[in-house]
Amino acid sequence: MRPPEADHPPAVRLSGITKRYGGLVANDQVSLHVERGEILGLLGENGAGKSTLMRVLYGLTTPDAGSIEVDGHPVRMSSPAAARRAGIGMVTQHFSLVGPMTVAENVTLGATPRWIDRRALESSVRQAAERVGLPVDPTRRIDDLGVGERQRVEILKALVNDCRVLILDEPTAVLTPVEVVGLFATIRRLTEAGLAVVIISHKLHEIRALCDRVAVLHRGRLVGTSSLSDVDDDELVALMVGGHHSTVPTERTEPPTEQPAAEPAPGKRLAHPERSDTALAVAAVVVEAPGSGGRRVLDRVTIAVGRGEIVGVAGVSGNGQTELVEVLCGMRRVASGSVHVGATNVTNASPAQVIAAGLGRLAEDRHGAIVPELSVAHNLVLERLGQFRRGWRLDETAITRHAERMIEQFAIRAEPHTRLGTLSGGNMQKVLLARMLSGDPVGLVVAQPTRGLDLHATAYIRAQLVAARQRGAGILLVSEDLDELLSVADRLVVLSEGRIAGELAAAQATAETVGAIMAGAA
Amino acid sequence: MSFALDVAAATLRLGTPLALGASGEVICERAGVLNLGIEGTMYAGAFFGFLAAYETGSVWWGVPVGVAVGVAAGWLLSWFVVTLGVSQHTAGLGLTLGLIGVCDFVNRLVVSKNSSALAKIRPFGQWDPFGWGGVFQQYWLTYVTFLVLVPMVAVLMRRTSFGLAVTAVGENPEAADVAGIDVARVRRRALLLGGGLMGLAGAFITLFQVGSFTLDIVNGRGWVCLALVIFGRWRPWPAVLGGVLFAAVTALQFRLRILSGWSGVPFELLLALPFLVTILALAVSGRGARYPGAYLKPYRRH
Repeated sequence: MRPPEADHPPAVRLSGITKRYGGLVANDQVSLHVERGEILGLLGENGAGKSTLMRVLYGLTTPDAGSIEVDGHPVRMSSPAAARRAGIGMVTQHFSLVGPMTVAENVTLGATPRWIDRRALESSVRQAAERVGLPVDPTRRIDDLGVGERQRVEILKALVNDCRVLILDEPTAVLTPVEVVGLFATIRRLTEAGLAVVIISHKLHEIRALCDRVAVLHRGRLVGTSSLSDVDDDELVALMVGGHHSTVPTERTEPPTEQPAAEPAPGKRLAHPERSDTALAVAAVVVEAPGSGGRRVLDRVTIAVGRGEIVGVAGVSGNGQTELVEVLCGMRRVASGSVHVGATNVTNASPAQVIAAGLGRLAEDRHGAIVPELSVAHNLVLERLGQFRRGWRLDETAITRHAERMIEQFAIRAEPHTRLGTLSGGNMQKVLLARMLSGDPVGLVVAQPTRGLDLHATAYIRAQLVAARQRGAGILLVSEDLDELLSVADRLVVLSEGRIAGELAAAQATAETVGAIMAGAA
Repeated sequence: MSFALDVAAATLRLGTPLALGASGEVICERAGVLNLGIEGTMYAGAFFGFLAAYETGSVWWGVPVGVAVGVAAGWLLSWFVVTLGVSQHTAGLGLTLGLIGVCDFVNRLVVSKNSSALAKIRPFGQWDPFGWGGVFQQYWLTYVTFLVLVPMVAVLMRRTSFGLAVTAVGENPEAADVAGIDVARVRRRALLLGGGLMGLAGAFITLFQVGSFTLDIVNGRGWVCLALVIFGRWRPWPAVLGGVLFAAVTALQFRLRILSGWSGVPFELLLALPFLVTILALAVSGRGARYPGAYLKPYRRH
């Protein structure tokens, strides 16, 4: 169908792209090409390096190594402006539109003539919109548009600029199913005219419905490229969640075998969640998006976490995970349903009450949970200042002693009086872990605990979670890293569009079964 | 009748530095930078404009020097808040305090020395291009401000790609960056331009209105401009009209003070009147004001 490679150099060729952030390798020697008129799907889990790779191509990120060719000519993508000149257009995941400006102004932003004739600008944008089949009213303000319309503006913005390679970063994440159909039709029509398209997604069925070829990234490496007719979904899921060149130890971290009789425990707990003493429970919880007129971001979600159990919450982010964590932490009100920590009803309680009831939290955004200007010692006691007081003053001696104990126990590489802001991500996370566990909590809510951490810190944190379970804590673990869930959780719950799409014992769960629920329901 | 004409003429005169300062601040803030250096920049424009006129003996030299000093102040602020990403509050207030200190110091060294006599220059006289008298009896810079500079700023913001880029970097610098706009450069240029207008505003006070330099000569007019920008919702003309309103109340209270019927009213109260009106106007119009999206935020690509 496509002209053979020999005639045409590919529209874009990436060679050996490598990008490191500290110790984390976001892209490791990735080489990839896209032909003219081709739709390439870039598949992978969150954090696999898809967005980084495309940001490199669009000049938003400077790679540590590697080169880029456009139509056979080497190009240095030093800035988005350079990328646009080279004919690359990108629609970022979070839209880059200026809200108070009109559609026409946004579309021509960065390429506007020195003097602006609004009438002429609007009519030229209207014409361009009709030419590519993306009807939008150029006189309207972005703030007044819905997400689907905003996305059309974004695509139009990329296309008017003589774009030959269009990058779409998770374009369907914000769209309704009808809008997705329309988007796909548009993309197909555009490629018929020779446009090359790279589409980032982690939804298998979309890639299959749209793309000619697929490239799979796993932990920064390209683990396979294939024509879509040559692979089946199972192989793709296996590549996505397992990778061929996986370097993280993925063997299950089994609890120490001091109680061999309890070995089939995960399965039993699934059958009788209320049998064991419950550590955390949400029952029929409904949360409505503020100002949405009752759109439910959590819809009758019921999860019970027993003591000595880790329940993993899997699913594509944005399907209610954040809200679930916030509900448990007292950060978000529920419309109906109940929340319990241990035996205490904490439905719509304040964060302080939830902590007092015995909840430990490890937040998704670790920078939001610390005070970087304060010392390690002070951050460690921030949630329990009352216990470290002598009269009206802080008991600095006790605080320092406590910090020394924690530093030793959790192998934190710092002194008690080191400013927390100077620590590495891994050590920062250990401080938060120490703070959470030192209160001897009944239940733990842990969100994305190892995101962005190196292998060593990752392994350590997972081991600590398992150890906390052994001491009898119930843990709700929210993670986008399926390997992580499979290696530490006893039971998995899959969230999709605010509802529980599936639930299975970890013993029965494999990357394929969970991946299928995730890909199918999302 | 002559009373009203007199007040109207004084209004335009007093409104000129406010119009210039507020236009300059509009450009800065639309780019996302709160320029708290405005008071000091006006002060430096007033002093160095005066100094140039005083040393050269020609008042004409004062105008370009005042503008140049304002541009330099804008550049200094841009180095702090755009290049280094320092807090805009700290940098702006520091710039104001620093510039006022430098001006007073140089004034002491070069101009006033130890003599108690006030150094004076011959200021620009008034100009009446049409020979109609009354309201048309004005300084040439007042004409230039209201008929040339403010319209130019309005056109610049509304009808040029530079104005669009300024709005974009002030509202959503990520979007501007993705669109290939150099965020730092646009912000820096906005600060240079705004600074130039503020310097000119200061120079107007010494070179036109007063003819000498005294300590505290700007007297908070820079701060008034900050309020005018919010009052005008970050649009040049409404901000300038707010300045004219403020000037009108000021001009009115000057006249009221010498009217016999008002002798019973404490003159301090009348002095405070323009500021009271400003506060009232802000309280009414400033509610629900939509600040630029990237107000006070330094931009770093990650």
